[in-house]
Amino acid sequence: MAVLALISGVLLYTNPGARSPFTATIASYTLELMSVLPAVLLMMGLLSLFVSNEFISTHLGSESGLKGMAIAFLLGTLPTGPVYMAFPIARTLRHKGARTANIYIFISAWACIKLPQELVELRFLGARFMLYRLGLTIVLVTVLSLVVEKLGDLQIE
Amino acid sequence: MTALIINILAITVFGIAFVRDRKKALRSIRAALKMFLGILPMLLIVILLIGLLFGFVSEEELRRFIGAQTGLLGILIVTATGAVLHIPAILAFPLSASLLERGASIAIVAAFITSLTMIGIVTLPLEVKELGGRFAALRNGTSLAAVLIISLLMGVIL
Repeated sequence: MAVLALISGVLLYTNPGARSPFTATIASYTLELMSVLPAVLLMMGLLSLFVSNEFISTHLGSESGLKGMAIAFLLGTLPTGPVYMAFPIARTLRHKGARTANIYIFISAWACIKLPQELVELRFLGARFMLYRLGLTIVLVTVLSLVVEKLGDLQIE
Repeated sequence: MTALIINILAITVFGIAFVRDRKKALRSIRAALKMFLGILPMLLIVILLIGLLFGFVSEEELRRFIGAQTGLLGILIVTATGAVLHIPAILAFPLSASLLERGASIAIVAAFITSLTMIGIVTLPLEVKELGGRFAALRNGTSLAAVLIISLLMGVIL
């Protein structure tokens, strides 16, 4: 972290042209983040305490099958916010008994199949593009989630 | 707009929880704060990196760079670019649309969008911290395969 700050400081010092986009980007990103972060964190806190492990295990655990995967997809498409918000939530879900494949699906869905985003995609890139990308992504993510589950597991304390 | 929805949702859910079990609801806040502190360092690093990125590469340069890529090598280059970049996907769509207009191939654009969203080099530190190195490597690796497959298929189909 300190190293990064140092490097940033040096780069910005030697490149005055970079400074204003840098601060502008940081400002807008931080703003955007702050507008959703508290809400997401709050819901994460609620999730960790109110949703029982049994609930998660039943619906997203190793026995949940295709239905579980569908649920994982839906869960991923609902929230908004950058992908890295999905990571702590995924971790909490895992602690509560969700299977690895569903965690993979959840994160991937969050990453590129968020619903509001799909509407923007539809508008800018057309129905054919959007539907094909969506379809291919869903198929591949499903297959790969099982591959990842077989190959490895999360290492969380 | 979506921020509004999320906040309303959070407040509503919290309200329900509060009514059901006041003490637990308040403890949720504490749990949330703890999580926040946990991700904070990584979050700051990510923001810093993104700021640096945009400090040095303007959108126009990006547009020209991606638009100029063609063929299989182009797909790989664009995928690498998307992996490293971290733009909100919502912004990536208009950008992609203008790329298509200027003649970029479907495969290139699909590769860009998919890798942008699914692979995150910049966010790796956080992913590793939350989910472990092995999962992070597997997820990003398989996502890479997915990006290539999706973009090639779309290039052929569309």
